[in-house]
Amino acid sequence: MTVVFLGIGATAALTSANSFDSKKLHISSRRLVSETKSTFFVVRSDGRLNSGSNRRAQILITNAVATKADSSPATKPGHELLLFEALREGLEEEMERDARVCVMGEDVGHYGGSYKVTKDLANKYGDLRVLDTPIAENSFTGMAIGAAMTGLRPIIEGMNMGFLLLAFNQISNNCGMLHYTSGGQFTIPVVIRGPGGVGRQLGAEHSQRLESYFQSIPGIQMVACSTPYNAKGLMKAAIRSENPVILFEHVLLYNLKERIPDEEYVLNLEEAEMVRPGEHITILTYSRMRYHVMQAAKTLVNKGYDPEVIDIRSLKPFDLHTIGNSVKKTHRVLIVEECMRTGGIGASLTAAINENFHDYLDAPVVCLSSQDVPTPYAGTLEEWTVVQPAQIVTAVEQLCH
Amino acid sequence: MAMWITRPRNITHHLKTNIGFLEFFKYQRIWLRTSSYSNPLPSNLIAKNYGSTSPPLLRDWASFFTARRYKSENAAKQVVDEEKQALDFLGGSVTFTSDLEFISESPEKKVHCYRVLDDNGYPITSTRLPQVSNEITMKMYRDMVTLQIMDAIFYEAQRQGRICFYATTTGEEAVNIAPAAALTPHDVILPQYREPGVLLWRGFTLQEFANQLFANKEDYGKGRQMHVHYGSNKLNCFTMSAPIATQLPQAVGAAYSLKMEKKDACAVTFCGDGGTSEGDFHAALNFAAVMETPILFICRNNGWAISTPLSEQFRSDGIAVKGQAYGIRSTQVDGNDPLAVYTAVRAAREMAIVEQRPILIEALTYRVGHHSTSDDSTKYRPADEIEFWRNERNPVARFRKWIERNGWWSEKEDSQFRIEVRQQVMQAIQAAERIEKPPLSEMFTDVYDQTPSNLQEQEEMIREAIKRHPKDYPSDLPV
Repeated sequence: MTVVFLGIGATAALTSANSFDSKKLHISSRRLVSETKSTFFVVRSDGRLNSGSNRRAQILITNAVATKADSSPATKPGHELLLFEALREGLEEEMERDARVCVMGEDVGHYGGSYKVTKDLANKYGDLRVLDTPIAENSFTGMAIGAAMTGLRPIIEGMNMGFLLLAFNQISNNCGMLHYTSGGQFTIPVVIRGPGGVGRQLGAEHSQRLESYFQSIPGIQMVACSTPYNAKGLMKAAIRSENPVILFEHVLLYNLKERIPDEEYVLNLEEAEMVRPGEHITILTYSRMRYHVMQAAKTLVNKGYDPEVIDIRSLKPFDLHTIGNSVKKTHRVLIVEECMRTGGIGASLTAAINENFHDYLDAPVVCLSSQDVPTPYAGTLEEWTVVQPAQIVTAVEQLCH
Repeated sequence: MAMWITRPRNITHHLKTNIGFLEFFKYQRIWLRTSSYSNPLPSNLIAKNYGSTSPPLLRDWASFFTARRYKSENAAKQVVDEEKQALDFLGGSVTFTSDLEFISESPEKKVHCYRVLDDNGYPITSTRLPQVSNEITMKMYRDMVTLQIMDAIFYEAQRQGRICFYATTTGEEAVNIAPAAALTPHDVILPQYREPGVLLWRGFTLQEFANQLFANKEDYGKGRQMHVHYGSNKLNCFTMSAPIATQLPQAVGAAYSLKMEKKDACAVTFCGDGGTSEGDFHAALNFAAVMETPILFICRNNGWAISTPLSEQFRSDGIAVKGQAYGIRSTQVDGNDPLAVYTAVRAAREMAIVEQRPILIEALTYRVGHHSTSDDSTKYRPADEIEFWRNERNPVARFRKWIERNGWWSEKEDSQFRIEVRQQVMQAIQAAERIEKPPLSEMFTDVYDQTPSNLQEQEEMIREAIKRHPKDYPSDLPV
């Protein structure tokens, strides 16, 4: 079986880079050592280019443990903000740039959104562009699809991802399908976003991991953000994409603080992010689990292991190029996810890796996921449903022997 | 819905101190009921309407907070006006009574149905006859006949095995053609699946219909959508989607888009009586009313949802009465009277665009044909009922009598026209049958804007399989 590449043309040069940062795809090696700040542009999957600053990789490692960055404002350019503010900034920039961009959802208008992602946007852009809808997820999703087919670029906010289960009919039967069944006559450039994942005692119905259910729908793309930097970049990329994109945010990550660049940047929807390069084992993760993995990574480094941590970011399609390069280097894979054991993103990723990189594996792919139980309300029980750093450390130790 | 707690976990922590509670209130969504005056809410949290009549106690609270614009709130402010015996609730002023009343489940008088031509094509009142131009009248009739013939022949083609599925609109020709005639080409239409007439009116050719049915490479849908689910972006008709009523909220979205862009156009969407039971119907009407979008909901009440009759579908007095429940202006028309439908849709369109509001039109008609070629309706309804509606209440025959009596048409012209249309349909079928099917590559394009690598890989796999085992795959499949 041939290895699947994501159509990123000039990637031959990448294999040499140890401090590989997936945000920069260099065609010539001259740029690798450049420390100069350049404008960020989009890396497109058809091979056209991009470049970024090398410093990102270092900054990401220290920040990746959910603590406040100790920033010295004097030396570092850019501005600091929280993840939900980064989402808002991305949203606002896109609304400014394109008058067809609009937001719809419950309480997104004057209330500013349950997680304040749309705060003050209604004041700036008016009630019609930041639309408060009645409580009918299937219907406002349908509404957004109809508006998209008529030329707007709506962003649908689900107050909690779990409520979007009510919108499944519209998302699966219409959003993912109408571009295809209409023979390409109608496009549906919608963005569906909202917080999901296990929070702090929100109960089972508010702790759903919808990425498991949606991953099968043809015609949609799925991405998960995990830092303010990638939240803003992915939000912008999703809005500019002609395909329907589902952007998964996590309830517990909204208050993460990070310093992000002042200049405009858009990330590639189909790319994974190298969080920490390493040699011994590839740990694939996304969203909140990234932080558990980085915490485990600290312990592992102290014990003498060198894990390579990749935040897969793109849940559909998987960035098998980045993942493949990593597997070829380390020969061991651990997947850490928040989805349930059965039918989650980890399950699909395990299958994809086994199919494509079987020859490069020295050990079976191990996947750490949540149990197949509805998320309990009690704090201690809830904590045990989610993969903890200690389990990650144990799994790595077992895999590396 | 849930309580969103992002600051301290425990709600009781906040309930201990008043200020703490109200502070908490600023950030959370808590539905609180206060029944007494002793713990009133600050005036900024009460709808704007009542700010001016707040008692002194509330004004003190108000000084603690900055003014915010909350549109709907969660507690009642009781102002008892001794003289008028009215209560102010957030929805408005409500008169109260000491006599317990229940609103009846059915109205005293059933809704009246609007029609201008009787069953024999005579105008009911000559003074109020709508003025429709001769050109439009004749095009309406010709298109209704074309639709009738097209349905009959395509249905036969399915029975002969030339296409695998078809759904006729027999009996509903008027409600197909007349609304389309009353709209402009800029109005966006979102049909259910029993409205090919709207496409026909706008210029979809018989050949284009046949191409979709034969799923050949000339089909605009590239052979992907099931039969009868046509779509054409150049004619402003959205591709039909099979799940019932999903187009209703989408239509609200299209109307919202037109409203944002301030276009002189409205969105028009269709559904059947069965479709009104779907959740999307209710939510779409509600949304349309709240958002004040220029949209027409045309409901073809044809009496049957496959085998489910009206009495098993809903218990309200038809569908027009449902409009008022959502705050939508509605009307009921005789769906088999093209002039009545035309007039109603014309008027509704005007109101929808000028007043930026939704309108609900219920068109009463009858589904003479089976639900589709997979159905035999004689199994659940009497054959003489079907025959009655096919003959005595036939909308095409009725309209023909009207135009013939006016001297605009003759029997000879009619039979000549029918022969011509038959020939055209047959030619379209023969041509469509001969056209190649879409190539294999079209299976993988348009899933996304650009074909991603995993789909390219899957395409390769299938091509290889066909190469290795050509006998296992259809020989007429263009690769």
